[in-house]
This record gives sequence, structure tokens and C-alpha cells, in this order.
Amino acid sequence: MIGRRTTILDEADRWLFPVILLVSVYVTFRGHNAPGGGFAGGMIAGCAFVLRFLAHGATMVSRTLRIAPTTLIGAGMLLAIGTAAAPLVLGDSLIESHIWKFDLPAIGTVKLVSSSIFDLGVYVLVIGVVVAVLMALGSDEAAELGDDARPEVTP
Amino acid sequence: MFVLLALHAVAAAIALTGSRRRPVLGAIAGLVVLGATAATTVALGVGADEPRVETWAWVDELGLMMSLRLDGFAVMMTLLVSVLGVAVLAYSIAYFDHDETYRRFVGLFIAFAGAMTGLVLSADLFTMFVFWELTSVCSFLLIGLNDKSASARASALRALLITAAGGLCLLGGVGLLQVVAGTSSFAELAAAPPSGTAVTVALVLVLVGAFTKSAQFPFHFWLPGAMAAPTPVSAYLHSATMVKAGIVLMARMAPIFGDVEVWRWLVVLCGGTTMLIGGARAMRQTDGKLLLAHSTVSQLGFLTMLVGLGVPGATYAGVAHLLAHAVFKAGLFLGVGVVDHATGSRDIRELRGVGRQMPVVAALFALAAASMAGLIPLFGFATKEKGLVALLHADDEVGAVAVVALAFVVVGAVLSAAYSVRLVVGMFGDKAGEHPTHVHHRPGALLLGPVAACSVASLAAGLAAGVVGGWLLAPASSLDPVASGKLALWPGVNTALVLSIAVLVIGAVIGWKAPLEPGGWRVPLSGERAYQFLLDGLLDGSRRITAISQSGSLLVYLAVVCGVVALAMLTGIVSDPGAGLTDLVLADSISQAVVVVLAIGCAVAVVLTRYRFMSALLLGGVGFGCAVIFALYGAPDLALTQVLVETLTILVFLLALRQMPRRFEPAPSWAPRALRVGIATAVGVSAAVFMVMVSASRTAPSSGEVYAQLSEPEAGGRNIVNVILVDFRGWDTMGEITVLAVAALGVVNLVRMAHRVSRRSAVDEGAS
Repeated sequence: MIGRRTTILDEADRWLFPVILLVSVYVTFRGHNAPGGGFAGGMIAGCAFVLRFLAHGATMVSRTLRIAPTTLIGAGMLLAIGTAAAPLVLGDSLIESHIWKFDLPAIGTVKLVSSSIFDLGVYVLVIGVVVAVLMALGSDEAAELGDDARPEVTP
Repeated sequence: MFVLLALHAVAAAIALTGSRRRPVLGAIAGLVVLGATAATTVALGVGADEPRVETWAWVDELGLMMSLRLDGFAVMMTLLVSVLGVAVLAYSIAYFDHDETYRRFVGLFIAFAGAMTGLVLSADLFTMFVFWELTSVCSFLLIGLNDKSASARASALRALLITAAGGLCLLGGVGLLQVVAGTSSFAELAAAPPSGTAVTVALVLVLVGAFTKSAQFPFHFWLPGAMAAPTPVSAYLHSATMVKAGIVLMARMAPIFGDVEVWRWLVVLCGGTTMLIGGARAMRQTDGKLLLAHSTVSQLGFLTMLVGLGVPGATYAGVAHLLAHAVFKAGLFLGVGVVDHATGSRDIRELRGVGRQMPVVAALFALAAASMAGLIPLFGFATKEKGLVALLHADDEVGAVAVVALAFVVVGAVLSAAYSVRLVVGMFGDKAGEHPTHVHHRPGALLLGPVAACSVASLAAGLAAGVVGGWLLAPASSLDPVASGKLALWPGVNTALVLSIAVLVIGAVIGWKAPLEPGGWRVPLSGERAYQFLLDGLLDGSRRITAISQSGSLLVYLAVVCGVVALAMLTGIVSDPGAGLTDLVLADSISQAVVVVLAIGCAVAVVLTRYRFMSALLLGGVGFGCAVIFALYGAPDLALTQVLVETLTILVFLLALRQMPRRFEPAPSWAPRALRVGIATAVGVSAAVFMVMVSASRTAPSSGEVYAQLSEPEAGGRNIVNVILVDFRGWDTMGEITVLAVAALGVVNLVRMAHRVSRRSAVDEGAS
């Protein structure tokens, strides 16, 4: 944890964390037709974790995420590769897009494009990358390491 | 046949992943598969008019096929692999403790049997190569089965390096042949043998591959090392089957290319040298298993000469002796294993009076050894006799080569007789002196059965040599249509018989008289030392190169990277100076100008500041300036991403900076200020000029137009940037996220490693 706990950060984290995550998902799926996408969405979600890290430290981040960030990286990678390779199995070329349209009552027509799943993979992977780097460099262990490694400076 | 191979793979998978407590179940699955293979081979192959052929398109574009062919030779070899496999696998159930290691053994063993079956069935060089490499890998894992022993690991690695290097040579040779002849199928090559220098080179490469696999001089030394493997592995892989892969390859190639002078001489010289070295070394061993390993090397040399000559009679003799050797050698290895199991020793100096306590084992072992020595009426006699006859007659066809080969064989045979005697006497004989060796427990039926089967088979086949010889006609003629011959229990008095008897007598006397303690003389030729020298040199050399190229100084890396980039771009600029620099617009609007001035201010400040923290923040300022410019130009996606990246980058910077001094350290003396400023200016200026030039020198129409048109109908999205990322150029994104993932894992592991190092040094300090 860096610095002392402050009420402002605490409260900001409590209210903003879910909102930022929601926005990140929105940005990810909006990306198909308007500015956004998995990469941007993933980084926005990463910012949410950075906020939580600044407010409560690395332990809280891992408690929030529950699974190891490296698992997220792998899962995102699998999702992306899976979407890219699925058309091969179906006899199309690599990364061929498929578009499905459903008519749902009350909501209207929903359009689903297979590349959205690819983007979702990117989203998950980017969150994993951000959190992994955050935890590696921001952990208390890393800070201690810095104390050891820092050369003695006479004032 | 493909189904059978797939069954092997399935059984291996079952054994490897199956129950930890009951590895025997895997072994039983293996027994069933191997048995099924043998039965199917007999049903499909024996007596069939036309060999059964199966092909499977592999890479259509290159015309690569996996093709299997069940001709006479393949039938014999498949039966050898599967029947011996059944024997050894049954033996292993009693030999091993049923633990984790045994489970791995069973799985790898079955996988190996599958690979070997595929190899002997291959009708095509590329198919054979694939299975060839599979057997190398299985062999590596099996030699290193005891992964806690450093010497076993080293032996496994050596075997892998040698056979894999040979495999690469083989691949090169096969590729060359394919290019010259346009085919890699044995049948098509035989129909129209290519010739020329390229073919000669290809053949030498193929031979190198075969020599490494079959432990021929100068690559023979890995085989005795492979004896680190458990005895059943040695018996099966390193005497009866895998080391025969090279022989199989030569047997397939020799009738086609035997006329090539280089081939014939290489085969005879290397095979002959191997036969002598192996025999001489076998005389110096005190470990029964190692003695057998060296005798295998020697016998493989004999086989190489016989099948490699490409003379019909010798080919027939080679096929016969291959069978004889596999049977008696498997029996001998398993017999040594029985003694080892019962007494805990294989050392012929220590074992005393074992023959009296285990007379049945001793008798069976002596039978197999007699076959190895070439004693009448065992099968080994008939086949060796046939080999001598074939070489005696071959000089009509191939001239001097046959005479040289004959000389090698005669001396080699003396040695085989000698080490056979030495082995039997050493393992089972009464020796003057102290108490007999204690036999802990008598071998059970599962241990004894396979030994008995091999020994009795050696005797039966010898007594019925004529009949067995008839069976061998089909295998021999499938290699070479004109190959023929017959075996006989009593060939009648002729030159070969006289030679044989002389050889046996001299050999027996040497074997009897030779001390069990090895003498002081050494075999001077050592491929092993050359291997060690090469390996050490390679490791040392790469260490030195790494030390030069990876200095560990970030400043050096940065200077090299920036210098090279600047140089590359400068060459581009010089090639067309001034292009695109004519109609430059300073700024489109006031807001642009303001942002740019701010960004430039930040950039200048980065250079001037003395604090790391400040420079990171200012660098972020430059990045945000760029983001605003993107936004002003109407690229919201780019601006959004840039802002996010800058935000996170600054945060990561700050986290990392916690661990560094606040101020920059002074630069080392080799990098004076002038040099640093020079490189930095060069890369900055050249990058700026290059960008302007590149954007002005577009000749092809922008691909953006096409993407814009295709975006909605093809990919169902209206945001072109995103559609490009996830669809049109999705493959690029794939690469980028992979880089991202690898980089993140790198960071995580570096930090973790640094922490471990610092903790360890802390512990060391505390201890001292």
C-alpha cells in the first residue's frame, strides 16, 4: 500500500469502482459501432483496479479479483484464439466473422457479431495484464526490494 | 494399420493418465494392443499376394503422404516389435515395483512400440522420419526414466542429442532425395533410382542418420550410456528394436543405392570398425549389462555390413541375422535382469556360483549366449554362417569391399565368441575363493517365461533352420526382389564352416583365458571424447557470445537500438532528400498550435530535469498532448486509447520508480555527454523527418476506403477502427495481445525472481 489511507480515496473507490467497471463493459461492446473496444475497455477496467490499489493496497485488489491475474491473461488469450480458430472448424477461413440476429420481445432486434467475443477476449486479457503488472510492481514485497536495492545515500 | 497405431497412442494415453495405484491395468491394455497388432499382422500380411497399402494425405500442397505398407519385411519387423513387446511388458510386471515410475514406463513403452511399428511399416521416407523422431523422443524419456539420477539424465540427453542430430541429417538427406527424384516413396525410388552428386550427398546424410540411430562408429558411444535405463527398456529399445531402426532404413535403401561407391565403402568401413570396437570393448566390461551393450554395438556393425552392402545374398543373411540377434539379445538382457533381480549384482567379478543355485536360468542364458557366439545347432550359427557364405561369394559382384567386410566379420566373430564365453562364465561360473553369491529369491514365472521363450526360440529356430529360412524368403525378397537364400542346420563342409570352427575355437580360448579384471590397454578411438569436446565448446562459445551481446547495461542496449534505428531512417532520408518537406503546414488551428507548444515544452523539460519522477510525469504530458492532437484530427478511438495508455503507463512508472534512486545517476565514462546527445538527436530528428517524408510519399490508394466500404456489410460494425482490429486485421491483434501477455508474465516473473534473490541473500547474511 502506498501512503496513508484517506477518506476521499476510500469513498471514491467505493462508489466509482463498480461504475468504472460498468463503463468498461459498455465501452467494450459499444466499440463495434462507435469509439471503444476491448483494448480500451480493458484498460478502463484496469484503471478501476488501480484506483482500488491506491485506496486499499495490493491485498484488496487480489481479494476483489479472487483469481490470479495470470489466469485472466490465459483465459483472454484462449477466448481470442478460440474465436479466431472456430471458423476453421466450421470450414471458413481464420477469423471469419459471423453475424447472428435475434428478435427478443420487449428489447427488439439484437445483433451479435462473433468478433465481439474476440474483443471480449482482448478485454479480459488486458485487465489481466494491467492487474498482473500492478501486483508485481506494487506489492509490498516489491517495495521492500526497492529498499534493499537502493544504494545508501548520505544526506 | 493406422487404426493399430492409433490404438497404441490410446493405450499409451490411458497408461500415462490412468490410475496411480494400479499401473498394471495400463500394462494389460498394452499387452492387449501389442497382441492385437501381432494377430492383425499375421492375418493381413502372411501369405498375402499383394502387400496391403494404406495412405493418408498429410500436406496435400507438398504432396506429402503418410503411407504404410505391409510387405514381407514389414510383417517380420512388426511381429518382432509386437511379440518381443509382449514378452518384455509381461516381464516388466514382475520386474518393477508398481509405483509412479512404473506407470510412466508402461505409457512410454507402449508409445514407443507404436512409433516403432509405424517406422517399420513406413513405405515412404518422410513417414519413416516422423516415426524415427518419435522413437528418439520415447527413447530419451525411457533412458531418463529415473529422473532423480544425474547420470541417467546425462545419458538420456546424450542419446537424444546424438540421435536427434542424426535425425536432422536424415531429414536433410530425405529432402535432397525428394528434390532430385521427385518422390520419397521407397517403391518409386526403386523403380527409377536417381543419381548424381546431390544423390551421393543425400545418401551420406541418410547414412549419418542411420549410423547415429544404430550406434555405428563414430556415434556408437551413446548406446552403452543408454544402459542407465531399466533392464526391460535396454532389452527392448536398445538391443532388439529401436537400434534396428537404422538397419531397417539401410535395408530399405541398400538394394536401391548399393551401387553408389561411397555408400558401400562407408557402410563397410563404419560397420566393420563398429564391430571390432564393440567386440573389443565388450571384452573389457565387468558389468554384465554393459558387456551386452557393447556386444550389441558389435552385432549392429555386423548387421550394417550385411544389409548395407545391397548384395542379394548378404541382404538375405542380414534379415536372418537381424531376427536371430533380436531374439537372443532380448533373452540375454532379460536374463541379466533376472540375475540382477535375484542377487542385486550384475558384476561378473562379484557373482560366484550363481549357476549352481539357478541352474535353469543358467542353462537358458547359456543357450542364448551360444546363439550369439554362433554355436551349432543354434539359430545364431545358421545366420552367421549364411553371412560368411554371402560375403565369400559377394566379391564377384562388388569386388574388394566384400573382402574387407569379410576380414572385419571374421575378426569380429572371434571377439563375439570370446565375449559370449566370458559373459556366461562370469555371470554363472564357479570361481575360486570365497562364498557363493547370495540369491535372495528365485525368479517367478513372469520373469523367467520371457527369457525361456527367447532362448528356446533360438534353439528351435536353429534346429528347424531350413523351415525358418523359408519363412525369411518373403521379407528378403520384399527388400530386394532378387534376394534369396536358405538356411541350414548343417551346411556341409565348406570354406565358411572351416572359418566358423576356427573362429569359435580361437574365440573360446580367448574368452576362457581372458581375465575377468579388465586389462590395462584401452581402445584409442573415442567418439565420446569428440562429443564431449564439441558439446563443451558449444556451451562455452554461446556463453561468450551472450556475454558480449548481452552486457546487462540498459544504456548500451538503448544506444544500440536508437543508433541502429537512426541509421536505418537516415539511409532512407538520404536516398530521397527533401521529399515531402516542401508543402508543410505549421498548424491547422490555434488549438493545435497551443497543444503542440505545450507538448514540446514537456519534451524539453524531460531532458532538463534531474529527477526520475519528474521526467516520468513530463513524458506523460507529451503523450497526453499527442492524444489531444488525435482528438482534434477526428480520431476518437486513437485518442481514447492514447489517454488510457498514458494514464496506466505513468502509474506503472511511478510504481517502478519507488525502487530506484530519485535522481539520475551520472553516466558511465565510456558514454560522454557528446555521444549521448548525438545519438538522441540523431534518432529524434531522423524519426521526425522520416515521418513527414513517409506520409507525403504515398503512391498506392489508401486501404482505408476499402475497409470503410466493407466494414458494415462484411463485419457488421460501423466503427472501422474496431472492425479492422477485430476482423480485417484480427491476426495482427492476436500477435499484439500475445506480446502483451508475454510482457506481463515477464514482469511478474522478473519481480518474483528478484525478490527471491534478495531474500536468499538476506538469509545468507543472517546465517553467516
